[in-house]
Amino acid sequence: MKNKTNNLLSRAMALLLPLLLLAGAALAQTGAADQPEMADALRANGKIYVVVLVIVIILSGLFVYLVRLDRKVSRLEREVEGR
Amino acid sequence: MKWWKYLTIVLLLYTAVMGLLGHVPRLAILNETERNLYFHVPMWFGMTIILLASVVNSIRYLRDPSPRLDTLAHESAKTGILLGTLGLLTGSLWARYTWGTWWTTDVKLNGAAVTMLIYLAYLVLRGAVQDEQQRARLSAIYNIFAFAAAIPLLFIMPRLASASLHPGMGGNPGFSKYDLDSAMRLVFYPAVIGWTLLGVWITEVACRLAFVKEKIYEKQDKQLA
Repeated sequence: MKNKTNNLLSRAMALLLPLLLLAGAALAQTGAADQPEMADALRANGKIYVVVLVIVIILSGLFVYLVRLDRKVSRLEREVEGR
Repeated sequence: MKWWKYLTIVLLLYTAVMGLLGHVPRLAILNETERNLYFHVPMWFGMTIILLASVVNSIRYLRDPSPRLDTLAHESAKTGILLGTLGLLTGSLWARYTWGTWWTTDVKLNGAAVTMLIYLAYLVLRGAVQDEQQRARLSAIYNIFAFAAAIPLLFIMPRLASASLHPGMGGNPGFSKYDLDSAMRLVFYPAVIGWTLLGVWITEVACRLAFVKEKIYEKQDKQLA
């Protein structure tokens, strides 16, 4: 069971790492005056990452739920087919 | 778990992160809300693709009836309605803060709303018929009508209209190709695939649950006989 959890964790990390690297590249965005107003302050003070993390946590939670539901149905399928 | 489910997770996490942090052009009125493109618009892509899957299964049912095809059509339609409803809600919210109103008599908005009503009637029809085979056959026929009505409402009438607030005049009714710059495309296309796959995933789990339920009932019937 513990092995399985470790396996899942390392998979999740493998999925998340490239995303974090990409996020670094996104920092290059610069603001300018006399142009349509954008949320430059939110980006400058870094609070945008709070929003990103909140959304990533919610999405991850939903995915964990859906994956567990998927596995439960798989188990049920095996049980019904097996007998 | 199948490979495309991992792909769904990767694409949607990518959409969330790059959708908020990625580069977008500075546009008046829309401002930062243009990032909704990665979330609102894929709902309609996903809905259209999944409703197409639904009507294909309905046609297959009428050619060769089986409870399996009926379930596939029904669960796909439900997911399509879910995505369409989310599209309407998010579109309405977006309109409030860019056009200044929750709803306006725009051919695209009304077309999408009427489409949803037509598909809600599909669920009402299914709920109203008790006999399983009759329910399956009637709703398969109705599903063809619903899809045939949705296509002009979503894709033809907006092109015939002379004016619309919604982006994409004279071409694709969802948005204009000039609205997308190349940095946005890098997020938008994965977002469309990701959200559509999520719809497929939910539909798949719902269908499998329905199949298992059916099998268990069959076994119980055999034990009773």
